[in-house]
Amino acid sequence: MTRYLTALGRATLDTLSSIGRAGLFLVQSIFCLPSREGFHLWLRQMHFVGVMSVAIVLVSGLFIGMVLALQGFTILVGFGADEALGQMVALSLVRELAPVVAALLFAGRAGSALTAEIGLMKATEQLTSMEMIGVDPLRRIVAPRLWAGFVSLPILTVIFGVVGIWGGYLVGVEWLGVYAGSYWSNMQDSVNFFDDVLNGMVKSLVFGLVVTWIAVFQGYDLIPTSEGISRATTRTVVYASLAVLGLDFVLTALMFGDLG
Amino acid sequence: MKRNSWLELGVGIFMLAGILGLVFLGLRVSGLGVGVPSNTFTLTANFANIGGLRPQAKVTMSGVRVGQVTDIQLDPKWFDAKVTMELDSQYDGKLSDDTTAAILTSGLLGEQYIGLTVGGAPDMLHDGDVIHDTQQALVLEDLIQQFVSNMAK
Repeated sequence: MTRYLTALGRATLDTLSSIGRAGLFLVQSIFCLPSREGFHLWLRQMHFVGVMSVAIVLVSGLFIGMVLALQGFTILVGFGADEALGQMVALSLVRELAPVVAALLFAGRAGSALTAEIGLMKATEQLTSMEMIGVDPLRRIVAPRLWAGFVSLPILTVIFGVVGIWGGYLVGVEWLGVYAGSYWSNMQDSVNFFDDVLNGMVKSLVFGLVVTWIAVFQGYDLIPTSEGISRATTRTVVYASLAVLGLDFVLTALMFGDLG
Repeated sequence: MKRNSWLELGVGIFMLAGILGLVFLGLRVSGLGVGVPSNTFTLTANFANIGGLRPQAKVTMSGVRVGQVTDIQLDPKWFDAKVTMELDSQYDGKLSDDTTAAILTSGLLGEQYIGLTVGGAPDMLHDGDVIHDTQQALVLEDLIQQFVSNMAK
């Protein structure tokens, strides 16, 4: 009996201390950017984390927009409301799908790579040797990656939304024959820039911070063996996806819960 | 110090794409106008029931879009809804005084909008005038209730 209680207590303490370490880690590393060298490190990470993720975001945004239009059309046409297609595609993309799906793709594409990269640096003791020669690995390695993720996910989300709406236009208007004027005007009547677009941006900022934070922390905190790296990479994708989906519900309830 | 300029170019294009995308979302998708106030004029109309009318809904005439609803408030004097709309300034002074405004629905479940129909009076509507002849939104529940009570007779 005491054995189980001890195990429970140990698990709780481990989780709590891990959360505490993650919080300290975030606070320590997020405030150390402003130097010229740091800017170039950040730029390099922007390239790796942001620019290299554009292709996957473009393709998946296009297909999600297209499938939304196709599904939405077959449902709406049953009510004779196929003119509301633009509204449906734009609202679901801007409010929900663009921030969430872009964040999930980002966790899989960039987050796992960040974890593996930092994990390997730790396993080969590069981080320790940096400390030995007086370079702070938080400043040199972690902060540029954190900021790059924080900045690039909102941009990826915008690209996702634009391409998705365009994909919906391709299927809805060009293929299924919804009138182009009502596609755009219904969209403009219903989408509010501040309530919908900017709230979507706030969501993706939060997701960007959380996903990169989890990825970088998992890499920094792993057990430095090959098995540890593989576990940490898996954990990054799982935790980041769960955090995105859970936070999305909370944020949606806060933002749109009282809009009716 | 020589830096990898291809990398910087890539990041620059990436940032630019994000900004342009946000502009597209603002202008094309949510219909934020630039410099709207200069070329519109304002009319108000009181409706007994606006149904599901919302700000930014379109105002049409013969089905052609001529403006949009900017504000909806409860009139504390008569307890009906006071709807403010902005119309394209080319119609300023062209609509007759007895123009009627009706709240219509596009399709069966589509969004609600205001349809204007011109009358024949000699006086014209100008900026800030009120449309008196209005027709409230069709509320499905009222219609069904009416139908049921007629059946019972």
